[in-house]
Amino acid sequence: MLLKSKQSYDLTEAAVTDEAVFYNRRRLLQQMGFLGAGSLLASSASAGLLDFFSSGDKPAGPQFQQAPLTSIRSPYSTAETMTAESKATGHNNFYEFGLGKDDPKANAQGFKVNPWQLTVSGAVNKPLQLDYDALFAPELEERIYRLRCVEAWSMVIPWVGYPLATLLRQAEPTSAARYVAFQTLHDPAQMPGQGNRFLGGGIRYPYIEGLRLDEAMHPLTFLAVGVYGKTLPPQNGAPVRLVVPWKYGFKSIKSIVGIKLVEREPATTWNISAPNEYGFYANVNPQVDHPRWSQASERRITRGGLGSDERIPTQMFNGYGEAVADLYAGMNLRKYF
Amino acid sequence: MPVPKTRVMSDRHVLLLKLLIHGLCLFFLLRVYYLGFSDQLGGDPVKAIIHFTGIGALNLLLLTLAVTPLSRWSHQGRLVRVRRLLGLYCFTYAAAHLVNFLTFDLQFNWPLIAEELTERPYIVVGLCAFIILLLLAITSIPPLVRALGRRWKLLHSWIYIAVLLVCLHFTWSVKADITEPMIYLAITLVLLATRGRQLRRPFSWPG
Ligand code: HEM
Repeated sequence: MLLKSKQSYDLTEAAVTDEAVFYNRRRLLQQMGFLGAGSLLASSASAGLLDFFSSGDKPAGPQFQQAPLTSIRSPYSTAETMTAESKATGHNNFYEFGLGKDDPKANAQGFKVNPWQLTVSGAVNKPLQLDYDALFAPELEERIYRLRCVEAWSMVIPWVGYPLATLLRQAEPTSAARYVAFQTLHDPAQMPGQGNRFLGGGIRYPYIEGLRLDEAMHPLTFLAVGVYGKTLPPQNGAPVRLVVPWKYGFKSIKSIVGIKLVEREPATTWNISAPNEYGFYANVNPQVDHPRWSQASERRITRGGLGSDERIPTQMFNGYGEAVADLYAGMNLRKYF
Repeated sequence: MPVPKTRVMSDRHVLLLKLLIHGLCLFFLLRVYYLGFSDQLGGDPVKAIIHFTGIGALNLLLLTLAVTPLSRWSHQGRLVRVRRLLGLYCFTYAAAHLVNFLTFDLQFNWPLIAEELTERPYIVVGLCAFIILLLLAITSIPPLVRALGRRWKLLHSWIYIAVLLVCLHFTWSVKADITEPMIYLAITLVLLATRGRQLRRPFSWPG
């Protein structure tokens, strides 16, 4: 069954039909073996120094191979219109592979995800070492989540994976564990942005992120190993990434090699880079603007060209307030932004 | 083909150059809209077209500023006749940039537009630059040039202020790495340096 169970979210008849048709067709194409065909056809264009003179199209090299994944449906999915796969996999902030939104897709196709080593360490009774295959061992669910970028655009993306809590419970956090620190792979040979500040934007690498333990254990906090029914492509954070749907996208760290349970609030990359603009919590909050732009609304990217996406009001906690607001009871969210 | 040693631009050369400028500027502008509407501008065509027209306007602004020093350096007096055209295309790209922002990004959400145009420093700076470009574009109509006389030169020297504002707008708009805007700023400063004492002109209101 492909249709998601209905939630208390607004949805129009058209949106559901659209999604169902789109989704069935996706699955069909996938079953027929047309994997990746759509992304091969999608052309790219960026605005760079030389774009005024050149087309900005990049040559299509060998494509990264994604494998199909089977998963069960999740009651946590939204029924809103999904973003087209070509957009969600062609428009990424992953500075390790370049600053432009289409750079990650263009530059990451040769990225090696197998072998992989993910360690869960620190204040735990049973430290874990997961290899590539172990990442896919827990039962996989599909969760269609809203993703709200701090840059005021958003998408609706079907992730495949499992709650982070599944992994953390296996490791058995000790009573000393109060926060969880995450780290992206550091490999400048494969991730050109890490070795070159012009490509990587001059932020400090490896990328690090963090959550409070109760946030990390929350059932909505998800470890994704796939998207659109397939293993993750490198530009979306292969082979394993975090997805925290009520926080701005930059919290959802990609290509994770380290998860460490710690006592103190860990440092986080964007907070180090610009502490007045990006806080540790980074909860989606329409009332607290970014110093340089409003967060009250967002442009929802679904599919189609210029003029096809709508500007919609941003919801508190990205619409997941019912499930997560309790985590922040009594906290001043303007101070802890 | 033998190349004559000193070739002075003829009126025909100026005409050809103008046609070339029309062709290139229109081609790239129409092309980016075509790509945008047909969903060939990547994942987020809105941001892509805002960036393209913004960078395009700045490139044209710098080209406009390069005309005078180039014509002097190459002893091609007639070259300055393409300056007005380049300036007007700069304005066209800047206007498209603003329209893209209001139409596709903010989608005529007026309260939001009012907030962004007044409260966001980088947008305010961009707006100031745009107002200057607008004034320059309007007053480049020949009868107005004549009517303004000496004051025309003064008004049009405000292009120096506009280009600095655009560099600031660009620098402020990026999230992390400011290398690209710094390269633009360096080119701008070189072009302004060729003006020497004229740089004081914007502040010398004639009696
Ligand atoms: C009211 C006037 C203006 C508004 C509202 C405006 C708005 C914007 C916006 C929203 C961005 C994109 C920021 C981002 O999200 O990355 C931007 C970038 C930019 N704008 Fe403007 N702008 C204005 C005037 C101008 C003018 C007059 C110029 C040049 C002549 C200009 C040149 C640029 C450049 C070069 C960029 C950077 C593009 C890039 O990052 O690739 N802007 N502007």
